[in-house]
Amino acid sequence: MRGGAGIILVLAVLLPLPWLLHSDFWLNFAIMALYYGFLGQAWNILGGFGGQFSFGHAAFFGTGAYTSAVLQLRLGVDPWLCLALAAVTGGLVGALVGALSFRYGLRGSYFALVTLAFAEVFRILADSAEFTGAGVGLQIPLKQTAANFQFPDKAGFYFVILGLTALGLAIAWWLENSRTGARLMAVRENEDAARALGVDVIRTKLIAITLSGALMGLGGTFYVQYFLYIDPTIAYGPAVSVSALLVPIVGGLGTAFGPLLGAVALQFVNQLAQATMGSAIGLNLVVYGVILVLMIMYMPNGLFGLARVSARRLAGRTG
Amino acid sequence: MLEVRDLSKSFGGLRAVAHVGFAVAEGEIAALIGPNGAGKSTLFGLISGFIRPDAGHIRFEGRDITGLPAHRIAALGLVRTFQITQPFAHLTVRENIAVGAHLRLGGRRDALRHAAQVARRVGLDGRLDQPAARLTVAGRKRLELARALATDPRLLLLDEVMAGLNPREIDEIVGMIRAIRDGGVTILLTEHVMRAVMQLSDRTLVLNDGQLIAEGAPRDIAADPRVIEAYLGAGAARAYVGEAAHG
Repeated sequence: MRGGAGIILVLAVLLPLPWLLHSDFWLNFAIMALYYGFLGQAWNILGGFGGQFSFGHAAFFGTGAYTSAVLQLRLGVDPWLCLALAAVTGGLVGALVGALSFRYGLRGSYFALVTLAFAEVFRILADSAEFTGAGVGLQIPLKQTAANFQFPDKAGFYFVILGLTALGLAIAWWLENSRTGARLMAVRENEDAARALGVDVIRTKLIAITLSGALMGLGGTFYVQYFLYIDPTIAYGPAVSVSALLVPIVGGLGTAFGPLLGAVALQFVNQLAQATMGSAIGLNLVVYGVILVLMIMYMPNGLFGLARVSARRLAGRTG
Repeated sequence: MLEVRDLSKSFGGLRAVAHVGFAVAEGEIAALIGPNGAGKSTLFGLISGFIRPDAGHIRFEGRDITGLPAHRIAALGLVRTFQITQPFAHLTVRENIAVGAHLRLGGRRDALRHAAQVARRVGLDGRLDQPAARLTVAGRKRLELARALATDPRLLLLDEVMAGLNPREIDEIVGMIRAIRDGGVTILLTEHVMRAVMQLSDRTLVLNDGQLIAEGAPRDIAADPRVIEAYLGAGAARAYVGEAAHG
């Protein structure tokens, strides 16, 4: 089947990284790149393969993050179990947003606006509810053991996010090689034509947004465990939504490796911006905005598309 | 096989289809003709579940399918094509056809293999790995046909599959449609290319202003004064028939 070997190869290359990178800075860099790549992959399932551009993936991310934080703090639930539950709640919110918007045929910018509105509603709720810690946020007490999903050294987090990356790649591979994926791409290309061929358009989109939401929920839990803190703006603010969509657009929409490639590239940009311009609040968003405009204008197929075209040209010249 | 009874649909104040009733028998090729704006495409939309009727009933193989969603109707074996071709532009020809094949085949490999076989039947086998966006008009018409065919339909609704084709391409597609019927698929088509209607159809239905005005063998239909007037305007029949008698 297409692409399977490539995925295994990439994972095999990434696996020994913690033993090769002896600096904490670069290990953190790798973790953040994989983390954003994972969020991007979650968005890519719905936006890249399914063509439904969400502007509010924070709704699913934040729900996952709060699921973990609240259950741990209020009910003492095991943090690893919280990871699984965050996938469930993230997926449920995805299904809810999908059911409401796809049922009424919202597409394009209308869908984007509705998802943005959902994220904002959740942000305001989290800001005012007591059990989410309201505006103060929630802090997870430090207890660095692997059993507690807090690792004494960064390598542990690296392997967790690598595992999630593998999950994301596996889902992307499945979409590229299955009936569900074929139908999802058909819906992206032309809904009427898909319906005429017996595709249940609403059901297909619902599967995609549920999966996408579940992965975002996992990402939210990872964030909480890595930074041990969450508040309404981090959880449901636009920064996460923008990162999640920027990563696959830069890397290559609707491709398995696009998000990973985009995340690595953006992580370099991010570090460079911080090094040259200091950490002025919101400046990275300005840089992201400029990149987004440039990518859409000049490289609509992303870095992965560019790589593919260059490879083909090179092959054409030599062969 | 298909039975339409008293079907009506209005858009605002415009009556696009009014009290239309007809039947299509298994194994035949029926042609639906009529001037532009007569309601042919609306009728196709109604039968295939893309448009909800205001009144009336549609039965397919004895089952009432009125108001069913389009994908369910397609799954029952009643599949349409579009007059304005609707390719999955960024997918290859093979992947396009496989979407149709997936209606009956769950496995990706099976669907792709079946797609290649169907492509051969419509003469697209040389373009399997091209993006659909790069096909010519004739290629896109064939792709519409191939995708629908790949679903293994019982009844095909073909909406002007010959529009925009040159005479040689029309002859080819006429041959394909005949072969499809001979393979056991019933066909209802709309068409402006009268030569093709004459060659292909066992029975012709004429729609004008949303109403069925004539029905019969294609040769009789062509001589029917109501039909001539619908196409050429009131009084045209007399002039036309008179001219034909002199010539």
